[in-house]
Amino acid sequence: MRTTARRAVQVVCVLTTASLLAACGAGKERPSEEGTAVGVTDTTIKVGAHFPLTGPAAPGYSEIPSGHQAFYEYVNDAGGVHGRKIEMVVKDDAYNPTNTSAVTNDMILQDEIFAMVAGLGTPTHRAVVQRLNDDGIPDLFVSSGSLQWGDNPETSPMTFGWQPDYEIEGKVIGQYVAENMPDAKVGLFLQDDDFGEDGEKGARQFLDSQIVDVQKYTPGGSTDFSPQMSSFKSKGVDLVIGFNTPSYTALSQIAAQGVGFKSKWFYSNVGSDPALVGGLLASMTKGKIPAEQGVKLMDGMMTTEYIPGVDAPDDEWVKLWQKVWDSYSKKGSEKLTNYRIYGMSQAYTFVQALQANGKDLTRESIVETIEKEGASFEGPGLAPFRFSEDSHMGISGVSVVEIKNGASEPLTPVLVTDIGDAPIEEDDSAASDAPPSSGIPE
Amino acid sequence: MERLRSLLRPVTSVPLARHLIVALVALLVVMAVIGMSSQYLQTRYAEMAYFAIAAGGLTLLTGLSGQLSLGHGALMAVGAYAATLVLERTGGESLADVFVALLVAIGVCAVVGVVVGVPAARLHGPYIAGATLTLAVAVPRLANQWDVLGGEQGLQVPVPRASELPAWIQDLIWFFTAVEIDQYSFLAYLGWLLLALTFVALANLSRSRVGRRWRAVRDDDVSAELAGIHLGRARVVAFTVSAMCAGLAGGLMAMNVRLTAPGAFTITLSLTLLAAVVLGGLGSLTGALIGAGVLAFLPHFATDLGESFGLSATQAAEVTPVVYGLVLMLVILLAPAGIVGSLRPFLARLSATSALGSTKEKTT
Repeated sequence: MRTTARRAVQVVCVLTTASLLAACGAGKERPSEEGTAVGVTDTTIKVGAHFPLTGPAAPGYSEIPSGHQAFYEYVNDAGGVHGRKIEMVVKDDAYNPTNTSAVTNDMILQDEIFAMVAGLGTPTHRAVVQRLNDDGIPDLFVSSGSLQWGDNPETSPMTFGWQPDYEIEGKVIGQYVAENMPDAKVGLFLQDDDFGEDGEKGARQFLDSQIVDVQKYTPGGSTDFSPQMSSFKSKGVDLVIGFNTPSYTALSQIAAQGVGFKSKWFYSNVGSDPALVGGLLASMTKGKIPAEQGVKLMDGMMTTEYIPGVDAPDDEWVKLWQKVWDSYSKKGSEKLTNYRIYGMSQAYTFVQALQANGKDLTRESIVETIEKEGASFEGPGLAPFRFSEDSHMGISGVSVVEIKNGASEPLTPVLVTDIGDAPIEEDDSAASDAPPSSGIPE
Repeated sequence: MERLRSLLRPVTSVPLARHLIVALVALLVVMAVIGMSSQYLQTRYAEMAYFAIAAGGLTLLTGLSGQLSLGHGALMAVGAYAATLVLERTGGESLADVFVALLVAIGVCAVVGVVVGVPAARLHGPYIAGATLTLAVAVPRLANQWDVLGGEQGLQVPVPRASELPAWIQDLIWFFTAVEIDQYSFLAYLGWLLLALTFVALANLSRSRVGRRWRAVRDDDVSAELAGIHLGRARVVAFTVSAMCAGLAGGLMAMNVRLTAPGAFTITLSLTLLAAVVLGGLGSLTGALIGAGVLAFLPHFATDLGESFGLSATQAAEVTPVVYGLVLMLVILLAPAGIVGSLRPFLARLSATSALGSTKEKTT
């Protein structure tokens, strides 16, 4: 009797377990393809980006997202885009590619962003491009001029550049130096990654015979550049062309003073903001070089420009940015800077793309819209975008300028070109675009 | 009840069997939890798994053998680069590629472990800490020396696509969790499976003759040597085992982060691993697991908390290390033996009373 009861219990146990296991599997239908408008509702669009908010690349760059956010709030208060308000998630990667990978993961899986907009940095963004494209997430208007965002849309169909790439910037700089300073002995000061490499590639098209020395640095590595500057000095360099971030402009200036190296300087657009570098010089030397003197130190330096900046307060675009910033900056005490203008200009392009896309927004449609209509977007850029099915490269030209009293004076008209051996041509047509009266692209 | 106990005695009295059963049960529970979690949480679990493997190896080295290593981040880097280079060559699409890569990572780290362990065995206390510290500083910089290692930008890691996995695994996971396996859950399952295997191996090792030797060496090296234990050999073995764990953890980390770059393996990584071990309780595998959980979840928790209190993204990013440091300080002040170490007397008392209860039961 007892054994029968026990056996019955055993049988029941086995049956229960089996049915439980079966229930596990049979409960749900296998899900179908995931929707491709994640992050979009009838009233909101959620985008995200990684920026260095802390660490050596943070000065300047950490201000870009505040420009984005101010402009989106301006647009949102005017009713948004097709009834949708834009929300931007910003995550700190401290300019460390490993962190970029981690925070991008968070933005995709936790925040469920619709698109990455304006993620910053060459080594950092490179770490997540494949991931974003694998998952089919639009990766728009990367805040970096590396070629890889746009030169091969087949491998990265979702990624678009925004600013002029470093190769065309290098070409324009190279041609200008070759034509105007044919006797200069050129030293290159490069960030040791694709940023420096692309710039060098462009510059060498015109300057191969003039370059006598190349020095590289690793972001996050040593901050003492005396050896590099001594090398320039010993090789007789009298013009340094730098493809570096702003902190390294300041560090190279300090090191050059330290070893008594005198030269002409030509920093690429990325590292040349006079107000920021002046401030950095002051803080890095603990006030030995006061900020005003730091700005003065930048006098006579050459650089390039592709959007109007704070030094042109009468420009229609800058007037718009000033108006937006005055009413939508989170902290009224903070000033409009070139980095905030950069952020607002990118945000303008993004809103423009959303407007052009129309009400039916998916991850695929926004990419298609930019490919089809991006080349005709009128915006603050001095030269038009190159967007098409075959190219996802951004603004197509720059003008060479010289810094005087913290402002830039043009040395050339806008010079438009493309990667490879495309010719460099004068083209001021896009420079005269003016913003619509509402300040919001139509 | 008594009969059940006597029936199970042959199983529970053999450490290997006991460890295997505990690991299996724990693994089943974890698999169920992973299956039900969002993709975001799955990536956190995967992160916790590889940190726990590395911390397990470190707690064994520092807690049992008494060698303080500040260079485990560098060993993880070696494992990560080894696995990445293999995955690059093989394409990394299939399950076999993944296991080959991880085995190579373990193998390379074993060799590095012996090479570093031999000189390290002659050092003790702060000297071995100093020696391993140089490892942590120097090794990641090697990536800038050779182009094949990708420089500062690092190497992209190909990740196995879930659709390329063998059908039986896909069906098995589907059957148990009713969720299609994707690469996030795959990496979480893989991480926890390897974590369970590693911890069974480590727990067994620590209960075995090898583990007893390590303890003897740690507690009194002179009397250990008098008892016939070869000090150097015991230390080198401990270092090598620990390095192999770090290698496996590094390989898994590479697949999870999808990028292997020197920036991931700063001295901070070595220190946070040590902090995890101390936080959990030195010498305890459970402690290593808890410490790894804190590592994987606390920073995100702190950032989210900061943002929910209305801090800007920048401020929230800056708040994270502060919260982390405060937690560590609180644990050191309030529970100097770590979380597990401080709970242990309490748990011992609890099991003593329940044992007392059962004897009472017996007498009545």
